[in-house]
Amino acid sequence: MDDPDQAREESVRMTRKQRRLTMIGSALAVLGFAAGLVLYGFSSSIKFFSTPSMTAEQHIAPGQRFRLGGLVQPGSLNCGHPITFAVADGSAKLTVSYAGILPDLFREGQGVVAEGALEATGIFQADSILAKHDENYMPKDVAETLKKQGHWMGGAMPVDNAGATTCEARKVKQ
Amino acid sequence: MIAETGHYALVLALGLALIQSIVPLLGARWRDPALMTVARSTALAQLVFVLISFAALVTLHVISDFSVANVFENSHSLKPLIYKITGVWGNHEGSMLLWVSILALFGGLVAAFGSNLPLSLRTHVLSVQAWVAAAFYLFILTTSNPFLRIPNPPVEGRDLNPVLQDIGLAIHPPMLYLGYVGFSISFSFAVAALIEGRIDAAWARWVRPWTLVAWIFLTLGIAMGSYWAYYELGWGGWWFWDPVENASLMPWLAGTALLHSALVMEKRNALKVWTILLSIVTFSLSLLGTFLVRSGVLTSVHAFATDPTRGVFILLILCVFIGGSLMLFAVRASVLKQGGLFAPISREGALVLNNLFLTTACATVLVGTLYPLALEVLTGGKISVGPPFFNLTFAPLFVPLMIAVPFGPMLAWKRGDLLGAAQRLLAAGVAALSALAVAWAFARGGSSLAPLGIALGIFVVAGAMTDLVERVGLFRMPPVVAMRRARGLPRSAWGTAFAHAGLGVALIGIVCETTWNTEYIGTMKPGDAVPVAGYQLTLEDLLQQQGPNYRELVAPFIVNVDGRRLTTLMPSKRSFTTRGGMSTTEAALLTRGASQLYISLGDSTADGGITARIYYKPLVLLIWFGPVLMAFGGLLSLSDRRLRVGAPRPAKALRGLQAAE
Repeated sequence: MDDPDQAREESVRMTRKQRRLTMIGSALAVLGFAAGLVLYGFSSSIKFFSTPSMTAEQHIAPGQRFRLGGLVQPGSLNCGHPITFAVADGSAKLTVSYAGILPDLFREGQGVVAEGALEATGIFQADSILAKHDENYMPKDVAETLKKQGHWMGGAMPVDNAGATTCEARKVKQ
Repeated sequence: MIAETGHYALVLALGLALIQSIVPLLGARWRDPALMTVARSTALAQLVFVLISFAALVTLHVISDFSVANVFENSHSLKPLIYKITGVWGNHEGSMLLWVSILALFGGLVAAFGSNLPLSLRTHVLSVQAWVAAAFYLFILTTSNPFLRIPNPPVEGRDLNPVLQDIGLAIHPPMLYLGYVGFSISFSFAVAALIEGRIDAAWARWVRPWTLVAWIFLTLGIAMGSYWAYYELGWGGWWFWDPVENASLMPWLAGTALLHSALVMEKRNALKVWTILLSIVTFSLSLLGTFLVRSGVLTSVHAFATDPTRGVFILLILCVFIGGSLMLFAVRASVLKQGGLFAPISREGALVLNNLFLTTACATVLVGTLYPLALEVLTGGKISVGPPFFNLTFAPLFVPLMIAVPFGPMLAWKRGDLLGAAQRLLAAGVAALSALAVAWAFARGGSSLAPLGIALGIFVVAGAMTDLVERVGLFRMPPVVAMRRARGLPRSAWGTAFAHAGLGVALIGIVCETTWNTEYIGTMKPGDAVPVAGYQLTLEDLLQQQGPNYRELVAPFIVNVDGRRLTTLMPSKRSFTTRGGMSTTEAALLTRGASQLYISLGDSTADGGITARIYYKPLVLLIWFGPVLMAFGGLLSLSDRRLRVGAPRPAKALRGLQAAE
């Protein structure tokens, strides 16, 4: 065993500089690879946030995915298939069509964020509706935009058809 | 009286922490053992007072004393006892109190069991631990006091958020915090080593079990949280790449790296500086996670916009501890001697590779989590970085790591034989290829990458088993000898195999669930039946029921398979009277092997029907069984004689133990 051991020691010592180079090289390679992935990820999968008025101003092309945020316009909820409702931000509104199940916290007058794209008809086709599990929750982006535009009311919009702000409540009323 | 006692105990704990953070250090400077041993008594006393404080808050919640703001806001007299107790940490103030309790617990454990540590190291560790503790006591007392009274006590509380009224809350946060805060020990050890300018094998032998304990809890905590989200939130997702989830994943990734680099340091005395840095980074990420979750900067506008004190305070703690420790590192790291040479292809080399990929993956998660925040602060632009970004960056980094996982334990220390390792992994490779062929042949639909994912999972599991088979000499030796060798094998070897296999198991679960998940969403009326993945589901009825603090709509579904009645599933939708009619969805699950049938209810429709989401999730349980295996592996490794003995041993005895591996 002494001979190979000797050789092993020798080779370890010999490659001291190479060893360091190998390690630094592979570290840089992995980091570079990751940096590339991150940049590509940012360029391809980031979703921008927009409100109905921003959407109108920026002329977002149909088919381009983004997140639409605002308050659900009171009285606009139509519990058919697909469900439709209007998202408003004070100065503009946009009709949203959604085929899935609304989250528990969805209700008229509350903040909402929908993800999807505009159709050629100008309707926003949502494939997911986001709501967090907190009744005080207002999507941060929505709240800030609303505040900026002066429509912030410290929570939700006032709703007149008291209570019947969800499909659930609508049904009970009938 | 109880609230005041709790408050006072917390103030006393702060006082003790302040003493502990200064006096023992002075003792170390003046070489006065009497002053140095103060740390031990204060750490234990601190633990006692924090526990008194925590017990006081629990008592207040149990007896529903609504004159205390925290109880009023988060409890209700009708709430079941278990949720009265778990509600203690279901809110900001209480969860911070749990945080410091666990911090004090770890400090107390070091004080109680650290008698075999060199006095100076123990002194420094406990002092650093006390700095962290003092900062957080101060934070609680000044910005988040759970014992505040209300001048005119209301008769009834506002109840706990219904989503949190679940057994998950009893387990998930304490587990997660045991993990997060457990890394404070390795942080304290790292800073202590930097202050002392000395680090040796005894250091690593101490740090590794503590890191392992924290890692086990964090692993279980994350898995538990994921399963909780899966069954409670009602849309069957188990990981959302939500910033709050990322906040727990980052310390896990860094902690996993730390676990492996500490191994190199312990065995080979190499990677010292790197291990120190990782200890600092891991706990820094835990602090960052606490900041992200607790300051409310990510989830809600309220905390940061309307009440910035909490956020700014934690940010300050964050900057002081991360900045301070990194600065100390920059100044003192060169003092630590590097040792232990190794070839790139060796066990050490493999562990370096592991660290490289884990920390890089951690960095991409960090970038993805913080970039939107940074962009908003700098330019005001708003973007959301969602799952596509994380899937795109995380997966390509984890795939090479997982391919490398089975090779690591096969390579020898110092200088390994890659070809030999590959030959020994031939059987695992064959198993993976057969899995690939089977998956390709039978898979219907889904991504063409999915069979490759399955094959990789099988490779990792088979590779972990190969390692055991090799060591035990199964198939090569007579069974009796193999049995004897299996018993003689160090527990840490078993631990490694289990933990690595767990990784493969989780991957298989993830691939199967995401690729071959069957989904039905539609409106059903009583009497309607739908087929989902070979199961026939019939909605029997819609019933209204009354719970202790909610009303619920229950929808019994009869589940038939091949015309045979299996069971009745009862998903429900609960409406809480106490929180303005807030509702939660209680999904019903049927477990068949590792697969699950999942039903959750949506809204009722005008014509007397109800929207139902029905999923069939093949092998979904493997997603959480994997982490459980990992944690079990960690536990086995923790019970290894080498770590149990713990104390620095004469070099000879140690070598004898190491040779077994």
